[in-house]
Amino acid sequence: MDRVLIRGGRVLDPAGERDEIADVLLEGGRIAAVGPHLEAVGAAVVEAAGRWVAPGFVDLHAHLREPGQEYKEDIASGGRAAVAGGFTAVACMANTQPANDDPSVTDYVLDRARQDSPARVYPIAAATKGLAGEVMTEMAALVRAGAVGFSDDGKTIMDGGVMRRVLEYSRLVDAPVIVHAEDRTLVRDGVVNEGPVSTRLGLPGNPAVAEAVHVARDLLLAELTGAHLHVAHVSTAAAVELIRRARERGIHVTAEVTPHHLTLTDEETLGYDTNTKVAPPLRSAADMQACRRALADGTLDAVATDHAPHAVHEKEVEFTAAPPGLIGLETALAVVLDLVRAGEIAPLELVRRLSSNPARILRRPGGSLAPGTVADLVLVDPELRWTYEPTKGWSKSRNSPWAGRTLQGRAVATWVEGRLVYDVERGVLAP
Amino acid sequence: MMGRDLLGIEDLERADIERILETAERMQEVGLRDVKKVPTLRGRTIVNLFFESSTRTRTSFEIAGKRLSADVVNFSPSSSSLKKEESILDTARVLDAMAPDAVVVRHAVAGVPKRIADVLGAPVINAGDGAHEHPTQALLDLLTVLQEKGRIDGLTVAIVGDILHSRVARSNIYAFTKLGAEVRVAAPPTMIPAAVETLGVKAFASLREALDGADVVMMLRIQRERLAGAYVPSIREYSATFGLDRTKLRYAKDDAIVMHPGPVNRGVEIAHDLADGRPSVILDQVRNGVALRMAVLYLLAGRRSPAQEG
Repeated sequence: MDRVLIRGGRVLDPAGERDEIADVLLEGGRIAAVGPHLEAVGAAVVEAAGRWVAPGFVDLHAHLREPGQEYKEDIASGGRAAVAGGFTAVACMANTQPANDDPSVTDYVLDRARQDSPARVYPIAAATKGLAGEVMTEMAALVRAGAVGFSDDGKTIMDGGVMRRVLEYSRLVDAPVIVHAEDRTLVRDGVVNEGPVSTRLGLPGNPAVAEAVHVARDLLLAELTGAHLHVAHVSTAAAVELIRRARERGIHVTAEVTPHHLTLTDEETLGYDTNTKVAPPLRSAADMQACRRALADGTLDAVATDHAPHAVHEKEVEFTAAPPGLIGLETALAVVLDLVRAGEIAPLELVRRLSSNPARILRRPGGSLAPGTVADLVLVDPELRWTYEPTKGWSKSRNSPWAGRTLQGRAVATWVEGRLVYDVERGVLAP
Repeated sequence: MMGRDLLGIEDLERADIERILETAERMQEVGLRDVKKVPTLRGRTIVNLFFESSTRTRTSFEIAGKRLSADVVNFSPSSSSLKKEESILDTARVLDAMAPDAVVVRHAVAGVPKRIADVLGAPVINAGDGAHEHPTQALLDLLTVLQEKGRIDGLTVAIVGDILHSRVARSNIYAFTKLGAEVRVAAPPTMIPAAVETLGVKAFASLREALDGADVVMMLRIQRERLAGAYVPSIREYSATFGLDRTKLRYAKDDAIVMHPGPVNRGVEIAHDLADGRPSVILDQVRNGVALRMAVLYLLAGRRSPAQEG
């Protein structure tokens, strides 16, 4: 089935600034044509009336746990969860076991992805060896092996001198340095946003200022070095404001926000559900609103899931002992469509933040439906109501605050290089 | 209306609290008898599930259960999930399979009683969870003040000490404000929780201002490891500014009473001579603790399940 005609959908192409009803013809793994009433003799036809046709989503931030913690997730299961959520490419974090701080690990991840993942996998390498925050990794060799960026993620580099050198050196390879911005000396034992909720729960608070202080430091270091700083999972109004002002001053900074920080607040934690424990923590309603506005106005460039699988038994412990993180690849689209339904962002702009913007940040193709480009795309039913049951999902883990909730909007088909890899009726089809 | 469990005072209505206090007053009479035992909970099993050691609270619950003729079993798993293989919820599932009639839970981390209640068929009574709540302590404090002052409505209560880390403070804030008292908290600013005013109290950095006109002065136990420099510079500085002695007590009303949940750090948060006898009511609190816990066990473990009703 080499030729596919996707007929009569709402075509959302951020690269081409297109938002109109049209047909899309796929041929030979590429987009052959986009336009009204295309003729395609012999093509398989997908009726798309009432649905959106968009470039495949690109997730800047996921934990696929392979190598080392395959009981939580692996590249095969994470890749399946990705395409089931409309993502055709996933950037995976370096905190595996061993950490992705060496080209041999990058090779292994890419090799596993080629064999078993229906989605493209973009490895993010560690910024320092062993994620220890001391000695920088061999960035040139890692990029040659296929790394798309550098991050110690949750093991935030607290030594300002090391971070300065990492940023400086990253200019050699033209890849972003991605920061989980939390000053650990301010977070200390904090596990829930500091404020009325932490006070009621009696759990140690993690103050919003811990994020802002670290963002401020790294923005100044990015200005000093001229490097590309990418701020992961922004969660506070204060950090948004710092990023906005830095961008106005010409600092090369990009930023992402998660579906959970866009739609949930710290009040979700009032029942002590460890599936609401995440780093940075769910914040106040005012912080959430600031993040929503910043995504709409472009201060925050991308939606990223921070998909972080953990086994059930690891979450069935004291709130303070539970590992932070939640899974998000299969729910991200439905969750962020809330912003479209609330009239806060146009569909084309949301698609831009899910596809072309993250692709641009990683210097990878994507986010375009122009004829000739690789046919990575997704068909979305923005109205479809469905109940999310993690046990029936594609991830190996279940740690989701949306478990059992009815969500609206879903990827109903996903193509990677012109090949149908997911269909909502039949499930994941390949490899 | 009171639910199946007693996890915190925050969940209770005023009427629930009054019902518990009235029941406790009736239970006090049992403690005065020659034979201190009634058959009310005969054949019922109460498990004291204490992940954190607390001889006082556990003994108080044990005596309360035995005076009601329940079979009381003490179960003390070794500390936290971090140190052992079994998760907290697995421990709860194992316990549930033994079909207890009530489980009293104590844990060093906030929220554990709630998580256990979510998987357990039997009622759960929170005997203190981290810095969250210690509801039976607050109820016995209400009972003590009620007996001393004849009312709660309109009283001024000053709670002094490490409010940030105190479950006793949180439960008492809810308990006294729900019954119409004005509650103040006083501590060094490092020991006041974020947005504490959202609990309906006013925070003071001056002991003198906090005590001005107070009917009840409640001193909290200070954990010595928190006096090592992270929250306050030294024990000496803490005692000088927030420790209570007879001189500072004069800021309060002439007939003010002094309370403390125990165990007392004599000479740190409270002067030696002030801990014994009037105006201190510390031993009355302990005495009332047994009757109050009898009332709670009676109201929760004494309910017949639909299966038993047949």
